Amino acid sequence: MDDMKKMVLDYVKREYLEEDDDREVTETTKLISGGIVDSFSMVSLKRFLEKKYGIRIPDADATPEAFDTVNTIVDLVNRFKKS
Amino acid sequence: MSNIGSYEERLRGFDWSIGEKELGYKKGDKINIGWYCSDRVCQMGKASKLALVWENHEGHVKKFTYNDIRQLSNTFASLLCGLGLKPGERVCIFMDKVPELYISFLGILKMGGIAQPLFSAFGDESLHTRLSNAETAAILTQKKHVAKVRKIREQLPQLKHIIVVDSEGSPLKEREVAFDMERVPRVDDWKAYESTAETPSVLHYTSGTTGQPKGAQHVHYSLIAQYLTTKWVLDVKDEDIYWCTADPGWVTGTSYGIIGPWANGVTQVVLDAGFGAEKWYAFVERHKVTVWYSAPTAIRLLMKEGKEPVAKYDMSSLRHLCSVGEPLNAEAVIWSKEAFGLPFHDTFWQTETGSIVITNYPGMPIKPGSMGKPFPGITATVVNPKTFEPINNPGTVGLIALRPGWPSMFRTYWKNEETYRSKFKNGWYICGDRASIDADGYFWFVGRDDDVINTGGHLVGPFEIESALLEHQAVAESAAIGKPDPVNMEVVKAFVALKPGFAPSDDLDLEIMNFIRKKLSPLAMPQEIEFVKSLPKTRSGKIMRRLLRAQEWGEPIGDVSTLENE
Repeated sequence: MDDMKKMVLDYVKREYLEEDDDREVTETTKLISGGIVDSFSMVSLKRFLEKKYGIRIPDADATPEAFDTVNTIVDLVNRFKKS
Repeated sequence: MSNIGSYEERLRGFDWSIGEKELGYKKGDKINIGWYCSDRVCQMGKASKLALVWENHEGHVKKFTYNDIRQLSNTFASLLCGLGLKPGERVCIFMDKVPELYISFLGILKMGGIAQPLFSAFGDESLHTRLSNAETAAILTQKKHVAKVRKIREQLPQLKHIIVVDSEGSPLKEREVAFDMERVPRVDDWKAYESTAETPSVLHYTSGTTGQPKGAQHVHYSLIAQYLTTKWVLDVKDEDIYWCTADPGWVTGTSYGIIGPWANGVTQVVLDAGFGAEKWYAFVERHKVTVWYSAPTAIRLLMKEGKEPVAKYDMSSLRHLCSVGEPLNAEAVIWSKEAFGLPFHDTFWQTETGSIVITNYPGMPIKPGSMGKPFPGITATVVNPKTFEPINNPGTVGLIALRPGWPSMFRTYWKNEETYRSKFKNGWYICGDRASIDADGYFWFVGRDDDVINTGGHLVGPFEIESALLEHQAVAESAAIGKPDPVNMEVVKAFVALKPGFAPSDDLDLEIMNFIRKKLSPLAMPQEIEFVKSLPKTRSGKIMRRLLRAQEWGEPIGDVSTLENE
């Protein structure tokens, strides 16, 4: 797993799961539709990504689909890192 | 033909006894919502009819007939009695939208308990505030949420039992009980607690401008209004497949996600998954949903995705759409007509009202953006904010006021009679919302009359956020307001003055956001934090939220004569 995936995955586990929550979360786990991250909490996840990677993700691109898995999040971040 | 038929005709000679008669209830009879929503429906010959079709985000489906929910709610009632819980004790439901939530709600009522549903995304502090105030005796929860209960249980000596509905053998701690609804032997025969009309049934917490959240206490007689409004406003019929997207941690999810549909004996579907436009459309298609009750925030999220995704799915089963939680903007009504061929009908009510009080009815011309007209049996008007006398000039803005006495009106705020009484002025219940009435009798929402933040259809109290912010080590003082948001109507914005030794930074900004999210809830999390040197205060030291809000909304700041240093 590349560094960015690991970073995002660790952050999601640390920030959005309760300490006794033993659900397995991988880079393909559904975060939004699976109820781990809700649409309000998505704002703090977006803020983390923007801060960590020095990017600005427009609200129009911060969709539930784009934030639904660690893989799609990494794709999104890479898109804005390149641009 | 809609159930309500002609609104004008229904207004003439309306009496709540219409609902009583249809439910076979007579004044002075025993009335138990849990029994009415399960046993009675079975006795009417619908025991094998589906009551609940539940699906989670992985597509896993569970189906329950009315006989299933009758037996399983008996089983919950038996469990609670077996643990020694007594009628009148508060039993909290702290779960995602799993079948156990819906069914245990009936079980609590059937054993005479007061059901206290709480939103499962609440953090430990929000949970503690509400459990402590209600002196809750037991909580039903899931493995994934039990950690939040464990964090606070030592501060809650009255909390005798923590029931985990899906522990699956994972180790439990003191005071914790494992209960797997689908594995334990079912209780077929259970005599429901003989509650009467005024027996407390449900305690729903709601936020105000000042102080901590208040528990709006409802009674079993609320059933009459919840039954009739579901039938006439949501227009459910025997053959319908009904979908209420609300979470029963909030009042819509209980009044119209449990009581209303099941008292009417209809089949309801539940999607226990996060939002996704295409997921929702696929769900409608798969289950052939006919009546859909959702919220403006969700509708605006669907609008954001455009009409193209709609076209990929067969939405032809839909026949009636309603919305609740915040004003439904005209654009959303027009969009839904174009996208689904049907307009969303706005419905207005509150935790305190227990059921819909002002709404757009099937068959009645909709004026997009309007709240509609009062439900028959509800006397509603707008009153002058100073005299509390009704305003008779069409288009003049005043406070929405309701004449007390409808069946589902809250009976008090839990242990807070003084605040309850303060809601009544000149013989009216004052909702705390501003509106006008046009010449045709349609109500038009203007806004809240207080500092409460309506975000995504949920009310969040600024005081609760500000108190939690002060618990952060860097925060010296704080103010929370609602700022405009195109999807959620409002989101929380916090103004924060830092203690010496702390400086504004992106790291601190994110840290404070997450601090509030975990302590209170994602809804209460400030989506913007503005670091300031100090906050505007009155000479007596009270923070002037009004000023901050006016600046944020670009409104006149009004009288600042009491402003400190002015």
